[in-house]
Amino acid sequence: MDESRPIFVQIAEQIENDILDGVLAEESQVPSTNEFAAFYRINPATAGKGVNLLVESDVLYKKRGIGMFVRAGSRALLVAKRREQFQDEFVRPLVAEAAKLGISAEELTRMISHTPAVDSPTARITGTEQVI
Amino acid sequence: MSAVVEVSNLTKRFGHFTAIDDVSFRVEENTIHGLLGRNGAGKTTIMQLLTGQDFATSGDIRVFGQSPVENAAVLGNTCFIKESQRYPDNFKPFHVFRSAPWFFPNWDEEYAQLLIADFRLPLNRRIKKLSRGQLSAIGVIVGLASRAPLTFFDEPYLGLDAVARQIFYDRLLEDYAERPRTVILSTHLIDEVSNLLEHVLVIDEGRVIIDEAAEDARGSATTVVGPRGAVDAFLGRREILHRDGIGGLASVTVGPLTGPERAAAAAAGLELAPVSLQQLIIRKTNVSQTEFEQSA
Repeated sequence: MDESRPIFVQIAEQIENDILDGVLAEESQVPSTNEFAAFYRINPATAGKGVNLLVESDVLYKKRGIGMFVRAGSRALLVAKRREQFQDEFVRPLVAEAAKLGISAEELTRMISHTPAVDSPTARITGTEQVI
Repeated sequence: MSAVVEVSNLTKRFGHFTAIDDVSFRVEENTIHGLLGRNGAGKTTIMQLLTGQDFATSGDIRVFGQSPVENAAVLGNTCFIKESQRYPDNFKPFHVFRSAPWFFPNWDEEYAQLLIADFRLPLNRRIKKLSRGQLSAIGVIVGLASRAPLTFFDEPYLGLDAVARQIFYDRLLEDYAERPRTVILSTHLIDEVSNLLEHVLVIDEGRVIIDEAAEDARGSATTVVGPRGAVDAFLGRREILHRDGIGGLASVTVGPLTGPERAAAAAAGLELAPVSLQQLIIRKTNVSQTEFEQSA
């Protein structure tokens, strides 16, 4: 947990990451609020707020008396959302830092193309089928 | 939600000294509350008043809807773990655990045994011979195993090592998740517990200065860092909680910033840093960081 953003937002992001990484499959059950609270050592009410954030954005849904599940199709939804944020959150700071260090656009492009990609489920899936 | 504790216009004077100055607050049922503040701020006095161990000068206290003073119905549901609990001279820890069920109707013996093993507490040694940390462990075990619907921990872990403190946090959360209860935790180690708290109540010089959800308190201040001129231009006439600087660089803590304000700060090349609950309390109670850490 870092201090810069509310903890419940970070819990929601962590669940999103697990869905993106394939750790939490679609239609699988996510850990309970109390399990999240114990694992991250946070107040259960805070963990519940994080989970609810994802219920509101249709990523998770509740099966009464059983628990929270990952909605089918939520992975594609999250990939789309994260792609939209990608430029602001990753490219902009990268370009700003490069400018500070006098790295030209060409050099930056070359560096990116020479950096080996990490094998992730997203990379595998988008390689064969277009998610967006 | 219903309130377990309701305090209105509470004042406590010791002679000419006003320890608690016209304080009002409520504690909702089944929440973990942090009662925070500097030494001598009045935290222990409040807990003594709430548990009927002292009498208010004026004002009203309702615990489970009733006055706690000489009230067995209230006190049987309340457990107060004091910072420096005293025991009879020849007491050993097992005496404490054997007598605890007399006072706490919800006492869970099995759970107590589990905690005793967790904290590796020697049961058969004279309490006088125990270390400060082991003494604190006794209090923590009684507090948790009491399963009292309202449990106060006043600075529960003096002398407890990092491992034992972690055990305390983990057990508290685990137990709270399974059997919700109202916990009021008073501590100096704010950073360590801030994530456990649902609500914070900060007392300074006998008055309540913060009474809000922990999440809101955490987000209620931001530090703006950058070249002095740019920082000042951005902040304008905003109220400043704290100001620091080195060379041409300024670091200024202010209240919450809106989304557009954050974007404007970023556009002006300023960095925004979060303010932890501990830093926020230090800023609001006007002490330097070093002073505060020494008191912990």
